[in-house]
Amino acid sequence: MTRFVIPLVLFIALVVFLAIGLRHDPHEVPSPLINKPAPAFQLAQLREPSKRFSAEEMRGKVWLLNVWASWCITCRDEHPLLLEYARSKAVPIYGLNYKDKREDALSWLGELGDPYVLSVSDLDGRVGIDYGVYGAPETYLIDRNGVIRFKQVGPVTPDIWEQKILPLAKELNK
Amino acid sequence: MKPAVAEFARHKQRNAKQNRLRNFALPLMVFVLRGLMNPKMKRTALLLAIFSCLSFSSVAKEAQPSAADPVLEERVMKLSKELRCLVCQNETLADSRADLAEDLRGQIREQMKAGKSDKEIIAYLTDRYGKFILYNPPVDPTTYLLWFGPFILLLAGLALLFRYLKQRKELITEQPLSADEHRRAEALLKTIPGKKVA
Repeated sequence: MTRFVIPLVLFIALVVFLAIGLRHDPHEVPSPLINKPAPAFQLAQLREPSKRFSAEEMRGKVWLLNVWASWCITCRDEHPLLLEYARSKAVPIYGLNYKDKREDALSWLGELGDPYVLSVSDLDGRVGIDYGVYGAPETYLIDRNGVIRFKQVGPVTPDIWEQKILPLAKELNK
Repeated sequence: MKPAVAEFARHKQRNAKQNRLRNFALPLMVFVLRGLMNPKMKRTALLLAIFSCLSFSSVAKEAQPSAADPVLEERVMKLSKELRCLVCQNETLADSRADLAEDLRGQIREQMKAGKSDKEIIAYLTDRYGKFILYNPPVDPTTYLLWFGPFILLLAGLALLFRYLKQRKELITEQPLSADEHRRAEALLKTIPGKKVA
């Protein structure tokens, strides 16, 4: 009897491990920045480069920082969703235009619409490195004290918006 | 001192290129040109020409002097080999051609120039990208299974093996023949011609 049971149990264990492995996205690396202060930055605004914007100005507000670029293909998929989220006015969305050309970024926003309260230009990607960006789009939910509470690598899908970001933002806004 | 080293390295590279040109490329070109004029040799010469283009183009790509300071560059590459590229995760920062890898190598270079130690630079990167960026996983609670799992499996395998061997030993205790069996065996043996029972 055990002659058949042991291989069967081993086989089932293997299947379970493989099934768990399939559900893991190896591209999603846990960020060490969760529950840590959002790295400070002061960058030129995309639309008005003479004006600067710093993360510090957002103290006291719950906000989203979305890392995007006109060369980023997934950003294009995410864009209509961002427009929709911005229209709901649940959380203000700020853009970090990552390693992009200003003209390209502006024409991209002109063509597809602008979901951002404002975007800042991270031309050399230094701020991106500070935020641990490794694949745009990436989105950070930052609380009133300037602490990163959630990070999404890849597009903010409606599921993530409704199940993760909205509830968390509501709680943080209390 | 450092500029002199760089100058020397560049010089060596240029010399090597010139030698390659003199030793291989020129005789080959002569051979190919001659072959093209000779209709019998045309095909071989053409093939040779194509292959030599392929191989020389690859030769030209390698070993570009990427910075003025080869000592620093070597340090950057050495540290980059210990770090993972987050875009193509099975590659090290040194091997990856991803944009981000290039930026991170630039960061490493900049910080080394500023006099930071390897340890400080690794801390800078793990603060931003987490331990995942270390190509050699560190031994800590999250990686115990990775480091010690194989040994646990080995010990479990050995335990199973010993148990099995012990059981088998118990099974094969010798059983002496009964008097009846003895007689039958003798009778059988007698039927074999030329064999005498002791």
